[in-house]
Amino acid sequence: MFLDTFVLLAADSADQGFLASLNGVLKLNLGDIIVTLSFFTILMLLLKKFAWGPLMGIMDQRAELIANEIESAEKSRAESQKILEEQRNLLNEARTNAQAIVENARKQGDTQRAEIITAARSEVGRMKEEATLEIASEKDKAIAAVRGEFVSLSILAASKVLGKEISEEDNRALIEETIAKAGEGR
Amino acid sequence: MNHENPTIEWLGLTFNLSNVLMLFITCLIVFLIAFFATRKMQLKPTGMQNFMEWIMDFVKGIIKNNMDWKTGGRFHVLGITLLMFVFVANVIGLPFSIQYDHKLWWKSPTADPTVTLTLAAMVVVLSHYYGIKLLGLKEYGNSYLKPMPFMAPLKVIEEFANTLTLGLRLYGNIYAGEVLLGLLATLGAGSVYGFVGALVPALAWQGFSLFIGAIQAFIFVMLSMVYMAHKVKTDH
Repeated sequence: MFLDTFVLLAADSADQGFLASLNGVLKLNLGDIIVTLSFFTILMLLLKKFAWGPLMGIMDQRAELIANEIESAEKSRAESQKILEEQRNLLNEARTNAQAIVENARKQGDTQRAEIITAARSEVGRMKEEATLEIASEKDKAIAAVRGEFVSLSILAASKVLGKEISEEDNRALIEETIAKAGEGR
Repeated sequence: MNHENPTIEWLGLTFNLSNVLMLFITCLIVFLIAFFATRKMQLKPTGMQNFMEWIMDFVKGIIKNNMDWKTGGRFHVLGITLLMFVFVANVIGLPFSIQYDHKLWWKSPTADPTVTLTLAAMVVVLSHYYGIKLLGLKEYGNSYLKPMPFMAPLKVIEEFANTLTLGLRLYGNIYAGEVLLGLLATLGAGSVYGFVGALVPALAWQGFSLFIGAIQAFIFVMLSMVYMAHKVKTDH
C-alpha cells in the first residue's frame, strides 16, 4: 500500500505541487498539522508569559522567603541557646555565691558565739571574784563591829562590876588585849 | 457513527475545520484556566493557585526523574503546556459530541491521528534539536553509534518508532473511548429501554475515559521527557 502511495505520489508530483499531492493522495491534513503546531506554540508562549513566568516568580520568592525564615530561625535558636548558657552560668554563679555567703555567716556566727561565751564566762568569773571579796570585807567589817560592841559591853560590865567609872580611853587598850587573848585562847 | 469530517481546501492545504475548532477551544480552555489561576497570586497560595503550582511541581517531578534540572528546566513550559493541553483535549470530547449535517464537529482533537502524530513529531524533532544544540553535532552523531556501531540502523528506526508509538498510543486510547461512547449514545437515543440499558455503562465509561485521559496525558509528557533526556544526556 505504501509503495502504491509513493508511486502515485511520484506520478502526481510531476504536474501538481508536492504539498497538494500529499493532500490529495495520502489524505494528509497538512492544514491540520500546521494549525496544531501553531496553536500549540501560541498556547505555550501565552502560558509562559501569563502563567509560568509569574508563577515561577512567586515560587522563587517563596523559596527565598522560606530560606530566609529558616536562616533566621537558626540564628534565633543559636542566640537563645547562648542566652540559656549565659543564664545557666549566672545561676551557677549565684548558687556558689549564696553558698559562700551562708558559709561565711555560719562561720561568723560560730566565732561570735564563742566570743560571747568567753566574755560571759570571764564576766561571771569577775563577778564571783568581786562577790567573794565583798563577802570577805563584809565579814571583816562585821567582826570588827562585833568586836567594838563587845569592848563597849565589856567596859560597861566592868564598870558596873567595879562600881566606878573608869575611863574608857585608859582601859580600852587593856581590854582589847584581853579580848585578843581570849580570842586566841578560844 | 457514520460521519464525515468538515474539510475545506485553502491555499492548497486541507483543513479539517472540526479539528481547527476543537484545537482552538482546547487552547482557549487551557489558557483561561492557567490565566485565571495565576491572577492575584500570594506567597501563601490559595485555591486555583495551589492547583497550578501542583501542576508545575508535578511536571518538574517528571523532568527531574529523567534529567537534572539544570538541563531539564528549559522543558518545563513545554511539559506543562503538553500536560494541560493533552488532558483537556482528551476529556473535551467526553460530555457530548456534536454532529451537524452528518459532519462531526465536537470531539476530542486527540481522537484524530493527525493531531497526535503532529504533537509526537514535534516532541521528537525538538529532542533532536536540543540534542544537537546542547551536545554539539559530533556528540549527537556519536550517540547513534552507541552502544555498538552496527546498531545504528536500529537507532534510526527507533526514532520513527518512538514518534509513531507516542502519537498512535494517545490517538488509539482516545479514539476508542469516543467510539464506544458514541455507540452507547446511539443505543441510548434509540429507545427508552436502550436509554435505561445504556445509562450505567455510559456513566462508567465516561468516568473511565476521564481516568484514561489523565493517564494518557501523563504518559505523553513522561515519554516526551524520556526521549528528550535520551538526546540531551551526556552520560549513557
